[in-house]
Amino acid sequence: MQNLIDHFIECIHSAANTRKTLIIQGSGSKYFYGNPTHQTETNMLDVTPYSGIVDYDPSELVITAKAGTRLTELELLLLQSNQMLAFEPPRFTENATLGGTVAAGLSGPRRAYQGSASDFVLGIRMLDGQGNDLRFGGRVMKNVAGYDVSRLMVGSLGTLGIILEISLKVLPRPETELSICLEMNQLQAIEKIHQWASKPLPISASCYHENNLFIRLSGSPAGVHAACRKIGGEMLESSDSFWQSLRNHTHPFFTSGKRLWRLSVKSTLPPIALKGEQLIEWGGALRWLATDGQENDQILRQQVGDLNGYATLFYGDKSNIQAFHPLSPSMLKIHQKLKQQFDPLNIFNQGRMYSEF
Amino acid sequence: MSKQNLINQFRTFLSEDSILFESEDLRPYECDGLSAYRQLPMIVVLPGTEEEIIRILQICHTTQTPVVARGAGTGLSGGALPIGNGILLSLAKLKRILEVDPIARTARVQPGVRNLAISQAAEPFGLYYAPDPSSQIACTIGGNVAENSGGVHCLKYGLTVHNILKLRVLTIEGDILEIGSEALDSPGYNLLTLMTGSEGMLGIVTEVLVKLVPKPEKAQLVMAAFDDVQKAGDAVAQVISAGIIPAGMEMMDKITIHAVEDFLHAGYDLDAEAILLCEADGTHEEVEAEIKKINTIMQESGAIKTSTSRDESERLRFWAGRKAAFPAAGRVSPDYYCMDGTIPRKYLAQVLQGIESLSTEFGLRCMNVFHAGDGNLHPLILYDANQPGELEKTEAFGARILEMCIEVGGTITGEHGVGIEKIDQMCIQFKTKERELFLLIKTTFDPTGLLNPGKAIPTLHRCAEFGGMHIHQGKDKFPSIPRF
Repeated sequence: MQNLIDHFIECIHSAANTRKTLIIQGSGSKYFYGNPTHQTETNMLDVTPYSGIVDYDPSELVITAKAGTRLTELELLLLQSNQMLAFEPPRFTENATLGGTVAAGLSGPRRAYQGSASDFVLGIRMLDGQGNDLRFGGRVMKNVAGYDVSRLMVGSLGTLGIILEISLKVLPRPETELSICLEMNQLQAIEKIHQWASKPLPISASCYHENNLFIRLSGSPAGVHAACRKIGGEMLESSDSFWQSLRNHTHPFFTSGKRLWRLSVKSTLPPIALKGEQLIEWGGALRWLATDGQENDQILRQQVGDLNGYATLFYGDKSNIQAFHPLSPSMLKIHQKLKQQFDPLNIFNQGRMYSEF
Repeated sequence: MSKQNLINQFRTFLSEDSILFESEDLRPYECDGLSAYRQLPMIVVLPGTEEEIIRILQICHTTQTPVVARGAGTGLSGGALPIGNGILLSLAKLKRILEVDPIARTARVQPGVRNLAISQAAEPFGLYYAPDPSSQIACTIGGNVAENSGGVHCLKYGLTVHNILKLRVLTIEGDILEIGSEALDSPGYNLLTLMTGSEGMLGIVTEVLVKLVPKPEKAQLVMAAFDDVQKAGDAVAQVISAGIIPAGMEMMDKITIHAVEDFLHAGYDLDAEAILLCEADGTHEEVEAEIKKINTIMQESGAIKTSTSRDESERLRFWAGRKAAFPAAGRVSPDYYCMDGTIPRKYLAQVLQGIESLSTEFGLRCMNVFHAGDGNLHPLILYDANQPGELEKTEAFGARILEMCIEVGGTITGEHGVGIEKIDQMCIQFKTKERELFLLIKTTFDPTGLLNPGKAIPTLHRCAEFGGMHIHQGKDKFPSIPRF
């Protein structure tokens, strides 16, 4: 395995010497996410061979694995000890890797209730733009030594370095899980979900789509059934497959082939009147919008920005618009400087996050 | 820039009582909770608004004057230790709770708001702010963000970093950065996590948006006594393996139990080698189910005695002993030195044995209290500073404990921060290239190194020797603040 790391380091040095850039690639399951990388003078760096579980002790609630490890493999191992990745990372294909998961920083249905990908990262081993083999954080729950570089890497889309290994906090799987469905309009749904969330109820996911509010409850059988009685509604038969279809975007809403926007907003925001179809997750904080044309892209982004939200173009042609909501000038400056510190020759995933770096 | 010149500049926009420069006025600011290190700042400024802070920072930037930010000054690692030729920027006057949004379950607060005051403001809505460092009656949210503070409930509820949504931060140039958002994520790098725990070295926080969580209906506690530390450690692992995430899980060793019981009479078993406190919270149904399981596990793990709190007052009484561990150390020894290493829990027995051997080697007693759920150890080395050479011996003992934590894959600080106290151990935990990157991150935000210089991240040239939390005659700087 050291040979592989040496090979990665060699690739970095050779890219530096020949003024080429590198596209860091796992399985490619999230290749669509972000901007297309600048393609001139670029080499692909395949991280998938660097795979395998490094350490897992269920009673420590920590797993350490190499970046190329498939999520399916890792989650299967956790399942054997009745544990899980509580941020429910999406697996857009069966080959999705842990490295890609952390680099993309995406989280699934449980996010609003249990935390994000970043919340569960404890430590990281990485190569920076000069090929230095670095470790930050660790394999313990509490660690405040040094700046939190491990969590900074989450969602950095491979622009800061090559992630080699990741330590994650894991959680026990809930003993019982069931879902209920209630019919109502969007405004009522946003109100209701906040009412319930302000009480100590074991809610672990929520979704609003086509006049139905879906709530998932997780925990001890007694706790879940008591909560069920408090909330009411009809029992959802295929609970697990429903939430999996949201998590992995296999739900018909996501497979329509339409242009898909991911709107990140304050959860209490009333329904946003936008052209297209919406699906709401995360207790109102995540609103997906499927649209037909591209002509309103800029207006849409402006509208969402005016509501203190952020519009990411998730699926769809990005030739006329950047994938991510623009940064303020002062934030862009900080981003460019940080990128420069980690990757002074701008080798990694150029343009993937913003065209400026 | 001369002191007088700076004072004159500050006088143009700060009131006279917001600028302190006479040594008797500066004295209260000479140290934080780590009172072994003392240094008078050149000037203390107490701004009341963000605009005033911006002007102060601009002056400091122009004159290249170092700035150390300070909240309540309760930190235990010397993070707010002043610099002799620098400004101490007290944020104590920025103590307004700007907004509690019970529907979104958030609170927008200024940095000088006390941790507990947030929960108090949220209480009418059935909500609270989850991280509860032991100093929560006094410590401020700005300081919590700087240190990424934890508390006894952080295995279940997370650290500060898990409980904040947005920061308003000033750079040393006085630029405003909005980091994070009211939404659950925002575009770009994850700067919110980088800023959290950065010990005042990257920017000055002027506003924090925190998450609030619903108050549990009920909390209940199981106290279990063990005749063997290993068995207690195994019981912790069994609880976790059974799929339980306790709201709190604390362990005390024999010497601690005796020290505490002697003065508090909490009802702890004096024959025990270790006592575990394990708390469940949630709805009535959830707590009932969890407490039943915990009791079974404790008995199966060989507990010699278990008791379950029957009501709130009993729960608090069981907790009281644990919370009195630090003052108890102060009663049985003239001085004590508190460590803050974190280890993977499976090495607990090994590390405790190691500490015992070191205790014999150095001829110094050591009490062990332990946030067992998350592996955070607080060994308290007992010594007498009036004995020549004993402090030095204690510091050497402490350094060996931290090195042992690193050896088993742990860290030198779980929640107290590096500050000035553990800056030399940073040289052990991190390689040169890693520390170089830390320094580069620092220059990204603060190119000339004016914000809290000399703390947290050692320079490459100098990994100087520093001491530790030194408490003389059982009295720390703030004896009335609980420490656990």
